[in-house]
Amino acid sequence: MLTNEEVAKAIITQFGENVSDFDDPYDLLTFATSREQIIPVFTYLKGHSTFQFGFLTDITAVHYPDSVGKEFCVVYHVHSLTNNFRLRIKVYLTADDVHIPTLTPLFASANWMERETFDLFGIIFDGHPDLRRILNMEEMDYYPMRKEYPLEDGTREDKIDALFGR
Amino acid sequence: MVSEELDITKNNLPAEQGPIQYVNELTTLNLGPTHPATHGIFQNILQMDGEKIVSGEQTIGYIHRAFEKIAERRPFYQITTLTDRMNYCSSPINNMGWHMTVEKLLGIDIPKRAQYIRVIMMELARLSDHLICNGILGVDTGAFTGFLYIYQERENIYEIYEEVCGARLTTNMGRIGGMERDLSPTAIRKIKELLVRFPKVLREFENLFNRNRIFMDRVVNVGAISAERALSYGFTGPNLRAAGVDYDVRVMNPYSSYQDFEFDIPVGKSGDTYDRFMVRNEEMWQSLRIIQQAMDNLPEGPFYADAPQYYLPPKQEVYKNMEALIYHFKIVMGEIDAPVGEVYHAVEGGNGELGFYLISDGGRAPYRLHFRRPCFIYYQAYPEMCKGLTLSDAIVIMSSMNVIAGELDA
Repeated sequence: MLTNEEVAKAIITQFGENVSDFDDPYDLLTFATSREQIIPVFTYLKGHSTFQFGFLTDITAVHYPDSVGKEFCVVYHVHSLTNNFRLRIKVYLTADDVHIPTLTPLFASANWMERETFDLFGIIFDGHPDLRRILNMEEMDYYPMRKEYPLEDGTREDKIDALFGR
Repeated sequence: MVSEELDITKNNLPAEQGPIQYVNELTTLNLGPTHPATHGIFQNILQMDGEKIVSGEQTIGYIHRAFEKIAERRPFYQITTLTDRMNYCSSPINNMGWHMTVEKLLGIDIPKRAQYIRVIMMELARLSDHLICNGILGVDTGAFTGFLYIYQERENIYEIYEEVCGARLTTNMGRIGGMERDLSPTAIRKIKELLVRFPKVLREFENLFNRNRIFMDRVVNVGAISAERALSYGFTGPNLRAAGVDYDVRVMNPYSSYQDFEFDIPVGKSGDTYDRFMVRNEEMWQSLRIIQQAMDNLPEGPFYADAPQYYLPPKQEVYKNMEALIYHFKIVMGEIDAPVGEVYHAVEGGNGELGFYLISDGGRAPYRLHFRRPCFIYYQAYPEMCKGLTLSDAIVIMSSMNVIAGELDA
């Protein structure tokens, strides 16, 4: 059984300053890296002889409009099926430069996950073979999951609740 | 998409050159969006060379309902109804998966009885999910009989749902913190009856299909995918196990007391349609084993956790007791703040690893909720699996992959 410390130590030894913010919320090892390092990190994790993170579980993004310089966070979940070990990797991006390299050469499944993330958040995955919208229609000119698009019309007055203040 | 040597404009031959030379000409075929043989709204734009599929391209999103966006405004308990509508063939699994995600965030321990009831309901859901998938695979190969036989059993499973939560398809079953109500005597009787009757029906179904020459000719070696490609494409669930990888979330990361039960993980070999069919059949037997064990060892005790802030108090208490009234009000109005946290929780859904990635900023609703929908991820392999096969094979492959439109588009 791999432990969080063991994996974290190996990653720090390999990447040094390029990985940061190690944490394990609910026992899931999480760390952040930069977009320049995302391909080397995944190549290392996938090719490592004992870790073998060969299964990409999920790619998604989160929008934090209030944290200046780190507005977008692309979140990767990888799973090592041989060791039964999950890992979460985050890459923070600024709002005016939402480019990140694609993972499609490493994992075929990244194709649609990245298209979905592009569709909902507008993150541009450089080198993606077919980066088009997937769930929404092509004519859409905004990225609906960003926080600046409220779910309901903000001007509606019948929804104001004096007691609970929403 | 059209390759150089198959250019259709080359057909303009002068008449004096003798008989007309037939040049390969690709036909574009729209399979869907609505087509009686695709169960749900899927569009596949296929390039056909005669009857052979050269390439395909899927268009999805026809019933995209923006669940992730809606969830950012709803209190946690109201999101359960959204999960119902993802894989609607096995809604209880989605419901329980969501409840468990929130419970993990809140740090609530669930009593054993509630966990066992959840296991029973989840395995019933798996039964009905696999029944539909395999039954419809039969229909698509021209065998309507099996489908009709087993649909009675699906009806019986839905009656159990009705007894447990009051609904049949979009169940909204259970609550954050346990079950909404205990198993009633009627529900227990119905589950026990099912355990007696179902094996006979399933055996009959298997007799109709497993060694049926016509069926085997249609499915063996159709839509095969290697274990390596399947892993690369993010396959999970029965489809991955059919390719020979024994990954099952119930065993790998047990939740809701799955470690208490003894069951096997069936695996296939070649990852073709026949293997997927057989793996699902065998999983139904294993589900029956789990339900039997859970019913035999059903622990006594409460069916909900002691978490008054999150679990609705009994209605009688609300009328008599001030505290209960306050909690009732606060829970229903969604005024209970969740702790700050970040959770990923996965359950073995009807067609694979159903994951919930939840980020809470301490408010009444999630800051971000992402569903890892298994069929969204593995459906991208569909053109690769169909390549070089005929149109009728494509239909069969789609049935055997168990792609559910609601989950695909979320």
